[in-house]
This record gives sequence, C-alpha cells and structure tokens, in this order.
Amino acid sequence: MAELAQTEAARAADFASIVRLERVQKFFGPIQALRDIDIEIGRNETVGLIGDNGAGKSTLIKVMTGVLAPTSGRIFIRDKEIRLSDYSVRMAHDLSIETVYQDRSLADKQPLWRNFFVGRQITNRLGFIDIKREKQLADQILKEAIGFRGEGITVDSTVANLSGGERQGIAIGRAMHYNADLIILDEPTVALAVAEVRKVLDFVRRIKEAGRACIYIEHNLAHVHEVADRLVVLDRGRIVAEILPKDMSVIDLTEFLIQLQHSHE
Amino acid sequence: MAIVRGPSLVERFEGLPIIVVFFLLLGLFMYTAPQVFLQPFIYTTFLSTLPPLMLLAVGLTFVIGAGEIDLSFPAIISFSGFVFAVLFKEYDLGWLAVIAGFASGVLVGFINGIIIAKIGIPSFIATLGTQFFWFGMATVLSGGKSYALRGVDQSSVWQWIVGRPFEASETVWVTQLPMQAFWTALIVIFLWMIMRRHRFGEHVLFIGDSNDVSRVLGIDVDREKIKIFTLMGALAAIAAIMLTLENKNFFGNQGQGYLLTAIASVLIGGTSIFGGRATVIGTAFGSAIILMIEPALVATGLTGAWVRTVQGLVFLMSIIFYLYVEEPQRRGAFFVRLGVFGRFGRGQAADDRGRPAPHSADTPPLS
Repeated sequence: MAELAQTEAARAADFASIVRLERVQKFFGPIQALRDIDIEIGRNETVGLIGDNGAGKSTLIKVMTGVLAPTSGRIFIRDKEIRLSDYSVRMAHDLSIETVYQDRSLADKQPLWRNFFVGRQITNRLGFIDIKREKQLADQILKEAIGFRGEGITVDSTVANLSGGERQGIAIGRAMHYNADLIILDEPTVALAVAEVRKVLDFVRRIKEAGRACIYIEHNLAHVHEVADRLVVLDRGRIVAEILPKDMSVIDLTEFLIQLQHSHE
Repeated sequence: MAIVRGPSLVERFEGLPIIVVFFLLLGLFMYTAPQVFLQPFIYTTFLSTLPPLMLLAVGLTFVIGAGEIDLSFPAIISFSGFVFAVLFKEYDLGWLAVIAGFASGVLVGFINGIIIAKIGIPSFIATLGTQFFWFGMATVLSGGKSYALRGVDQSSVWQWIVGRPFEASETVWVTQLPMQAFWTALIVIFLWMIMRRHRFGEHVLFIGDSNDVSRVLGIDVDREKIKIFTLMGALAAIAAIMLTLENKNFFGNQGQGYLLTAIASVLIGGTSIFGGRATVIGTAFGSAIILMIEPALVATGLTGAWVRTVQGLVFLMSIIFYLYVEEPQRRGAFFVRLGVFGRFGRGQAADDRGRPAPHSADTPPLS
C-alpha cells in the first residue's frame, strides 16, 4: 500500500487536467456529430454530461476513450498531447482511463473473472492465461473493492445472473481496480430500481473520495445534480452551457433544458 | 439471496452432457449391433475416417463460438486438396506440395476473414460466396478430373501423415492404427487449451458474446475475426490433405457431405448457436457421435437412407436440450425468432431483450 500511496503522490504533482479536448470535430459521412468541442476535466472532478438523445454525449466519450477517432482536433491526456492515429481503447487503458457503458461493459455469458481481466489478461509469454491468479485477484476485487460478500456471487458466476446494479458495481469495481484516474460512466442507472440506483450513486461518490476524476452521463437530472461538481450541457454536437449544481436547482435545470429544446422548434 | 448463483454442474464440467450421451449411445450400439461394436476394427476404422470431420468441427467451434459461420470449408477441401494433389502428382513436389496445399487453405481462410471483418459482409453471405468461388476454381483448374495417387503409400509424405506406424505388430488391429489420428489428437488438444486458457480463446468467446462489449474492452475484434477464419482455413487444408492421402485419390466433390455433419458436430457438442459459449471437448465427442450413427444404423439393419434422418434428429434434440438447460433466457426469443441462422453474421441485429442494436463503432450513432 505504501508503494501505491507514493505513486498517487507522484501523480498529484505532474498534471492539472486528466483530459482536455481542443476544437474536436467528428463527422459520420456528411453528418456532424461533434462541433468545436472544448472541454477540460480536472483531476479530481466529477463532471455531469447532460443533453437530449442525439446531442452527441456518447460520441464525445467514445472519442475521449479511443473507441472512435475524431475527424479533427487535439486531445491532451494529463496535459500531454496524444497522437490521434495512435489513440485506441488499449492506449486509453494504459493511460488509466476506464469507461463503464450502460450495458456494454460486461459480456453476459462469461464468468466474472474473465470479465475482470479480458483485454489485459495475466498471461505467460506464449499468451496462456494464469487462470488461478486471475481468479484469486478477481475474488479480492469482488470482496474488497466492490464489497460483495455472501450474496451468492462468486468469480465463477456468469454476468447474466447478476442484477443491473450488481453489474454496474462490478464494472465500476473493475475500473477502480485498474487505478483509473478517470472513470467514465454512461447512464449507469438506466432501468434500475431505486435501491440499486442508490448503490450506483454511492459508487460514484467513492470515485471522488478516492481522488479520481469521473465523467457521469445521465438522463435523470436529479441523480447527476446530486453527485456532480459541474454540469456540461451538450446540444446538437455543441457544448452550450456549463453549470455548477449549487447555482441552479434541479427544477431550474429541467426548465433550462426544456427551453433549449423549444428553441429548436 | 440464498440462491447460489455459481456455475451449474454442466458449466463446470466441460462437455459433460455430450460425454454422457456418447457413452450411452456407444452402450446402446454395443447392445443392438454387438457383431460390429464389440470388435476392435470398427474403432480403428473410426480413427482413420474421423480426423477430417473432427478437425473441421473443431475449427468451426471457434467460428461459431465467435458468433459467425463458415460455409466455405467444403470448397477449401476441394481447392486445397487439388493444389496438393496436382503438385504432388504432376510436379512430384513431395513435402512442398503439402506446404503449398496447407498455405492455400490458410490464404482462402485469410481472405474470408478480410471480407468479413474489414469489408463487413455478414459471414453467412461472405462464405456462401467464397464457397462457390473456390469450388469453381478447383473445378476449372482440375478440369473436373480426379487425381489417382497410385503408389503414394511408398512416399514419406504418406507415411508421416496417414501411415500405419505399427504395421509390424502381431495384433491385427494395432497394425491398422493410423497416423492421422495421432496428429488430430495433438491438434485438438492444443486447440482445446487455446480455447480454455489462451488469450485468443477468451477473445473468441467475448466476441461471440457481443462485438460491441469486446471493442469497448479493448479487443481488436477485426483482427481476431481474421485469425478465426484463417484458423478454419488452415484446419480445412489439413483435413483436405489427410483425406486425399487416405483415399489415395483427389476428386472435386471430396468436401461435400462435411458441411452439415461438421456444423452438427459443433452444436451437438454444446457450442451455442448464438456464440459466446464454445467447447472443443464437446465438439470432439459430437463429431464421434455423428460418425458413429452411420455404421450403427447399418449394422442394426436399417438402410443407409436413415442415416441423415437420424443425424438430423439427434442434431435438433441436442440444440433444444442446450437451449433449455443452459440458456433459459434465450428460450422465448428462440421460439419467437425460429430462424436459427438469423443471429449469425455480425450478430448485432438486436440484443437479447429485443431492444434496438447498440451502434457499432463504425456506424453513425444516434447520440
């Protein structure tokens, strides 16, 4: 643990923002999904990303995490510019950026231990997986990082057998395990029961307490208003507003977004 | 919360149901046709005829496990068999002919992979097309001729690949043990370890589970798919060479009849038709069952015409069995859809619960 604390301290010194985009554009053929995006995420900041369907939220995080390449623009990670042609999901992982997609973070039919390590398996030189070690570590993550005990869930359980909240917990726990400096959550509370939503919001707070940054995409304004330090509003591929939750109540925020919708009509 | 949600017995013991069925069937056949199934010769015959089917089925286990399908391997058997036969017979190239035949299969598989992963054609259609193309090529180049490889059993190629290493033995059945059974066992065990323990096998299963999740988790889906189809091509080429050498003859149609038996072997073995779950052990036993049915029926007094009927019946029963035992959540969806091949290809038409597909990385997303 001492070693870990040291690296955390070292990290503290050398960057101001975990991720920064400058004038990022993204086209899908003739359709422009992102226009002139300038956004900066501080190193221990929880940023809520809100906007209507089709506003470009998912595209924005896909660009940020290397799933999609931007058409143009610059990406800085820990203040250092990334060569766009090199940027990939794997590189984002190496740079401690983790994404938890609403229902695309875990493979349903696979056991939990495979889900924890896929994409960065513990292997020997020939690529054969050290199953015993992976299971051991997965068990640790399950019990310590996520806090699943005595709930009938083991590392051999398949994801299909878990509830929605448990899945989000597993995915967030996995991200924490990899010491992610930035965890991106894509609508983690969609289709969850109230008690499950509470669990997920607690996970989000845990990210902040652990000194990490988080981008939280959410449709439910009350949820995101509750946990975010700053809200970024996207509309038709543009950032149209940045709001501090303390300056605007949930009701005013809702009214603001409705106005934004009406302005298109 | 008292329900234990660990793996079921079926999940923990790879291929358990099919192994049980295999031995039950074997017992049944020993009872109904003792004159055949209690003699060693039927088993030595199996060892020489099973390898091509088993190799094809094991390759197909990777393909189907990844949620794809390959219909082109019967054409690869024709094409690679032709490349091998013509170089071996007309040009007298010996081991070089083996290498060329193998390389031709690898190349065809690689091209399949490129068409499917990079161009993005669903595998069902892509391999249907390449199946016609390579079968046509084999027919054109061979001029429809067959190549009899007379005297081939004197060559080291034959001795090493399909020879009978224990010919000097005193026991008759031992003299008939064929080399191809040994090579096939080695390859199958190796691929079983790849599927269970190797990074590549894990990627295959995740891709079969969901292309989208796999991309998000950092798997290079396109590259792995190309590898999967290349592997299938390589195995089909090995099967082609073994088949040609064992028959001491090449003929253009030699791959026909393997398409459905190989697919049946995989699915009987317990690999999911939807991808994401695959078992090499199950496939090995599945192919043995498929092959065993024929002599069993003939020995029991039924005509050969029954063989396909019974194979089809076993095939359907096992698919329904797996659907009920291992994928209860799929049951409803399956009967609604009732198009078994509907999910092959890119597997993104709709997800399990019938919601619209999450967009893939290369199509314009909505938000």
